[in-house]
Amino acid sequence: MDFPGLLAQLLNGVQYGLLLFLISSGLTLIFGVMGIINLAHGSLFMIGAYLAFLVARQWGTVWLALPAAVVGGILLGLLLERGLFRHFYARDHLDQVLLTFALILLFEEGRSLMVGNDFYSVPVPALFDFSVPITSGFSYSAYRFTVIGICLALAVLLFVWIERTKMGAIIRAAAEKPEMVDVLGIDARGVYMAVFALGTTLALVAGVLAAPLYSVYPNMGDGFLIISFVVVVIGGLGSVSGAFWSALVIGLVDTLGKAYVPKVAGLAVYVLMAAVLLWRPSGLFGQQRT
Amino acid sequence: MTKSSTAMTRRSMLKTGAALAATSAVPTGWAIAQAKPLKVGLMLPYSGTFAKLGENITFAIEQLIAEKGGKLGGREIQIVKLDDESKPENAPQNADRLVKRDAVDVLIGTVHSGVQMGIHKVVSESGTLTIVPNAGNVAVTRNLCVKNVFRTSFTNWQPAYGMGLAAAKKGLKKGVWVTWDYAAGAESGAGFKEGFEKGGGEVLPNLVLPFPQTNFQPLLAQIPGLGVDVVGSFFAGGGAVQFVKEYAAAGLKTPLCGSGFLTEGTLEAQGAAAEGIETALHYGDGLDNAKNTAFRKAFKDKAGREADVYAVQGYDAAQLLAIGLEAVQGKIEDEANLYKAMRAAKIDSPRGSISISPSQEVTQNIYLRKAEGGLNKVIGIAAENLADPGTGCKLT
Repeated sequence: MDFPGLLAQLLNGVQYGLLLFLISSGLTLIFGVMGIINLAHGSLFMIGAYLAFLVARQWGTVWLALPAAVVGGILLGLLLERGLFRHFYARDHLDQVLLTFALILLFEEGRSLMVGNDFYSVPVPALFDFSVPITSGFSYSAYRFTVIGICLALAVLLFVWIERTKMGAIIRAAAEKPEMVDVLGIDARGVYMAVFALGTTLALVAGVLAAPLYSVYPNMGDGFLIISFVVVVIGGLGSVSGAFWSALVIGLVDTLGKAYVPKVAGLAVYVLMAAVLLWRPSGLFGQQRT
Repeated sequence: MTKSSTAMTRRSMLKTGAALAATSAVPTGWAIAQAKPLKVGLMLPYSGTFAKLGENITFAIEQLIAEKGGKLGGREIQIVKLDDESKPENAPQNADRLVKRDAVDVLIGTVHSGVQMGIHKVVSESGTLTIVPNAGNVAVTRNLCVKNVFRTSFTNWQPAYGMGLAAAKKGLKKGVWVTWDYAAGAESGAGFKEGFEKGGGEVLPNLVLPFPQTNFQPLLAQIPGLGVDVVGSFFAGGGAVQFVKEYAAAGLKTPLCGSGFLTEGTLEAQGAAAEGIETALHYGDGLDNAKNTAFRKAFKDKAGREADVYAVQGYDAAQLLAIGLEAVQGKIEDEANLYKAMRAAKIDSPRGSISISPSQEVTQNIYLRKAEGGLNKVIGIAAENLADPGTGCKLT
């Protein structure tokens, strides 16, 4: 194992983990606050990535896709919450899973009709299309550093919002004891809409950032969704800080595994998940429920 | 009642008439062959990722038939096209439709390896003469080979083997192959290893990632630590664009080379990142022979765009068919002589002269090319008159 190679792999792991955090934070909040297992969360990520592709094809750069993802994410989140999910909070999990599964099919079919089933690469934005030498023989793409930076900034914003604002306090309360919100006489509908819009936006933004790194292709959200569920389970359902640390751990384990023990890399994160569940059934940061 | 009985009578009248007409038109077997056009089924992708490949192959086939005056071996050619959409799951059904419902005499297809397996299953049973104008999966002309299936393109093994030879010839000693974890990746990797080791080099186990993922970073970051002199690779399309760009961005000092598909039709998107990359393929830019010049000009006049390697493969599929049909004067049912002539075919291809190997694959030059200014310029021959080993194929 050579040291410069290890350094590059660590950076890869951190970058992958931070991207996973953007996806799984929305997933864990939506589950924590509304109790919905949103299987379509991976499709939202896919929509973000294709948004980046379409914007890049039209205007030559992906940057315009970021504000579009924020505005589009908020609107799409509100629409989904008001139009569909609101009517499913009281239903059992099977109905919710069927609903979100149907959404995956609709989103994928829509993508197929609009863009086709081709595999497209998305150009790295010209501003960051250079490399930073990190060792004598290996350089690291400036765009990847940028992605790390943007993800960290978003993580900080999210923490401040959750930990320091009144809305954040209500969300934390709702995630831990949903009945508390009702008891306090707070209108839960506003909270639900905000959480859904936030989760959707984060998934779309993650998709935009990921597109130049991973290209876009049909069903690209599926793989990310599954690994994000692992992140959420390890971190503890409903816990944003749990999702953060567990995303970093998963990112590093997966990347280092692929690099140094490729034969078992596919299994490593699931073994880790099983181990964590045995040790702490509610995840690293989850509320220990009895 | 009355009405229907009238209809019956009329129908039987027609039948009798048709039968009479048919009888009078059948003096000899030779005349039948002359009268009825030969049906050629084109099962190719006309939509999706590979649509352009399917179109170029079709243009080139039509071009050859037109050059021959619309007839091959004295018979009119009727073309039946079917869009296979590059969907392997529909392939057996689609091939069956051409063979049974449309009753084609010859099937030319296809591009996608998975679809090829579906076609192969159907035509292995039906015995329909089939010419493969692209798909390079080795099985078709190795362990699953049958006497009625020919290929005018390549096997995944061929270009990679040539690249391995060429890299070893430069004095490079240690290499590694980077690719997707699927059949074409493994087959090309085996070719590179064989060629490079034959030239005295050593190849480490392949670096792979699942198809069609493009998270190349964990693989690229390993390369400096491997201590290799050369990195070879097989990627195509969008994956090739991304890989070449990330390889350049990683600032690796080890030279990158590969199967020709790494830079085929992708140079524009790869831009400066591809400059100087050497690849091996059975075709390239700047091949200087009269046939190529004439072919490219005629193709451009017809299709309105430059010919590419896929067009060449399609053109040669039609050339091979023409040679076979000319030998039997259009009597395609004379299988023994048809196949004999096709197996002995010497084809004047735009890629240079080629012949058919014992496993009914192409024996051809694999050219060494260098990406320069948006072209894959031919700079030499990586392997001369290279035939696929055809391991496991027993055709006599």
